[in-house]
Amino acid sequence: MAEHISLAVIGGGPAGMAAAAAAYDSGITDVTVFERDSELGGILNQCIHNGFGLHTFKEELTGPEYAARYIEQVKQRGIHCETDSMVLSISPEKQITVVSKARGMRVIGADAIILAMGCRERPRGALNIPGMRPQGIYTAGTAQKLINCEGVMPGKEVVILGSGDIGLIMARRMTLEGAHVRLVAELMPYSGGLKRNIVQCLDDYGIPLKLSHTVVDIRGRRKLEGVVIAEVDGTGTPIPGTEEYYECDTLLLSCGLIPENELSLSAGITINGATSGPVVDEYLNTSIPGIFACGNVLHVHDLVDFVSEEAGRAGRNAAKYIADKGSRKNEPHIVKLIPGNGVRYTVPCTIDTANTEEDIHLRFRVRNVYKGCTIKVSANGNTIISKKKRITVPSEMEDIILKPDMLGGIDGDITVGIEEGGV
Amino acid sequence: MTEKITGYDIAVIGAGVTGCAVARELSRYELSVIVLDRESDVCEGTSKANSAIVHAGFDAKPGSLKAKLNVRGNSMMTELSKELDFPFMRSGALVVCTDEADLPKLEELLERGKANGVPGLRILSREEAHETEPALADGVCGALYAGTSGIVCPFGMTLAFAENALANGVVFSLSNAVNGISRTDDGRFLISADKGDITAKCVINAAGVYADKIHNMVCEPSFTINARRGEYMLLDRSAGSLVKSTVFQLPTKMGKGILVTPTVHGNLLLGPTADDIGDKENTATTRGGLDTVRKISALSVKGIPYNQVITSFAGLRATGSTGDFIIREDEKVRGFIDVAGIESPGLTSAPAVAEYVRDIAAGILPLKEKADFIPTRKGITLLAMLPDAERAGLIKQNPAYGQIICRCSSVSEGEIADSINRPLGATTLDGVKRRTGAGMGRCQGGFCSPKVMAMLAEKQGIPIAEVKKNG
Repeated sequence: MAEHISLAVIGGGPAGMAAAAAAYDSGITDVTVFERDSELGGILNQCIHNGFGLHTFKEELTGPEYAARYIEQVKQRGIHCETDSMVLSISPEKQITVVSKARGMRVIGADAIILAMGCRERPRGALNIPGMRPQGIYTAGTAQKLINCEGVMPGKEVVILGSGDIGLIMARRMTLEGAHVRLVAELMPYSGGLKRNIVQCLDDYGIPLKLSHTVVDIRGRRKLEGVVIAEVDGTGTPIPGTEEYYECDTLLLSCGLIPENELSLSAGITINGATSGPVVDEYLNTSIPGIFACGNVLHVHDLVDFVSEEAGRAGRNAAKYIADKGSRKNEPHIVKLIPGNGVRYTVPCTIDTANTEEDIHLRFRVRNVYKGCTIKVSANGNTIISKKKRITVPSEMEDIILKPDMLGGIDGDITVGIEEGGV
Repeated sequence: MTEKITGYDIAVIGAGVTGCAVARELSRYELSVIVLDRESDVCEGTSKANSAIVHAGFDAKPGSLKAKLNVRGNSMMTELSKELDFPFMRSGALVVCTDEADLPKLEELLERGKANGVPGLRILSREEAHETEPALADGVCGALYAGTSGIVCPFGMTLAFAENALANGVVFSLSNAVNGISRTDDGRFLISADKGDITAKCVINAAGVYADKIHNMVCEPSFTINARRGEYMLLDRSAGSLVKSTVFQLPTKMGKGILVTPTVHGNLLLGPTADDIGDKENTATTRGGLDTVRKISALSVKGIPYNQVITSFAGLRATGSTGDFIIREDEKVRGFIDVAGIESPGLTSAPAVAEYVRDIAAGILPLKEKADFIPTRKGITLLAMLPDAERAGLIKQNPAYGQIICRCSSVSEGEIADSINRPLGATTLDGVKRRTGAGMGRCQGGFCSPKVMAMLAEKQGIPIAEVKKNG
């Protein structure tokens, strides 16, 4: 006979742990967290730098310390965790197929599922960087794992393509470990990482950042010998004559993160093309009732604190879903959230205005750098809320809180857009 | 360091698909056979970077070796894939025509195919073609359908030949480049290689793009090999079902053009370009090449999701100066057999090439069949290919199959351990990838490579930092 549990949480990283703890505190104790690695904590375990927890704990922690706080929460509650367990598929009927060394292959039914699988890095192939395919090319996260968890230095002379946060952190990390980081090249005219990381990881160590530059050739048959960097024009096309050769034995790639939604797809969950994460409502419920999503599998976050907060909501909402057997108090009234001018996506994508009780975190990213602008949330031409910004950048997620009383009487779609020149 | 001279009946130079197929064929007989390769693994050259197609055989010039061995190789493939347990699917192919003025060329191909003895060919009208493959580009106005065309795992096939040859007594000497060949007084060949000297009564030159160099070490120059580079893009499995058969364009003198095909691993493959380059080591992709792959592939198939590319690569065709396969015993240096110029359809032809070479060898050495020849070989059991019930049973038997290491391709610790521990096992990350598919998925080894490196390091007794990606 197939096993059955109340709540299955897929992923034991920051999102999964916070979601499980919150669901437990909301009265659902029959929770299992499935983690593919041998320990809880997810990618935090390899993030040994500090800067985590400023929002959540009002103090500065390292990644493993931040993870330890949540591991403690999970343990205190006695939440069942299965590590070294890989979920292979999820059915639309909320049955999961999971495989592990210790327990073999099982099919487990659940009243609700929380997706918290995180994200992966965009590999070299997906970037279409031409050249040879020698040893010495790593995504920044893989290099981070090798250095911080396995004690392996990938190389000594380093070029980094992409200024995502992990790449910036790794520029500092490799420098501290004795490597020479020659350059960080970024295709876009702005950085992909947080301002504080540019200052603390590059500027403080004298590592140059070249914006609007990319790798146009990779050389070396067995081992990496060097890369050719060139400037790009406004369309991202390399400008002939700007090529410069950099001798190096290591190329790190920090060119974006992709939510890992193969399981969501196996269940038939609708994916948002702009985020590569599931389409969710304000309960963080996906297109399948009772399957929720949070953290980097939903959309890529800048700070783990925001992941924990979001996951807590997913946990509470999943608990409520299980307790209420999926029913809602009032007849639903669904309005859509539309990304307007300069906005790439929103999370959530819809709001049930007839049942809103909690504050709604409206999170989104802008398409470009906007200086002196106003973020405007409106419906039918009426402004619901607006916020003036000195600057907005694609690398920093925006968060606007919609209070239930703001949403009364709204009919029609809600648009979130940027108005330039508002300050 | 020089090892003491060791005498063999036959030395095969090159452990690509041709060399391994020849070695396996010769392992049927009472012969001592050694295979030499400069790389640390089999299948490290042209055999690992190609279109992975089992061609029907309508393309080659009637009467050529290419035509004859292609059709023979194709006809052997179903049984061979069962015997040696490698992935092969007879998925069919379409040669599409995008210009009405070129429609007669399809008829020419059909006639050539008939002359070559290719079964299952027919011309499809515009409507039939689009019905067969709904994703064909709107401009496709007709096609030649080839039912016997198929797709194969080129690594799986090469490894299958090699492992079976090994099981039947063939010696593999890898990381052992050949530096010179001479004739001894007693008429044998003295091969000077990195790991020492070897003697053999017969040498089979299956050295791919370097076959001319190997030939010229002991024979008068009689042909040259040009490296013709082909660039490819591989798309994620999410795009793998866009087409169900291989879609070719009308061939040109540079080759069969840019194709769009599913792979046996469920991905979508686009390519190759064709550029004659002097450098036999240059397997670099280029911006221009990849742009060409994108542009030209869109002419035959619509809706290719180019944002789903997970990797791109380039291979070098060993294009011979004669236009045909060069498979013959040297006229002056008896006992020296060239198997050169093995470009497309070389993969398809490999088992037929092996038979052909065997027949030549029979004129040099007596071939006596072994009583204890093992005709079959069992490949690595790939979990992702198994039905759930069988998979559960396997995990019960060996729990290591329950520990997933490569999440994108669902490859377990059990499979990776098998790939490392079996005879002629993997010693590099790429070796594990070719044998199991670990690291071949959408994250391209981002998550699994540290774990695979740890397993390789443990097996070899070396620090993780010394584990190699390739070579």
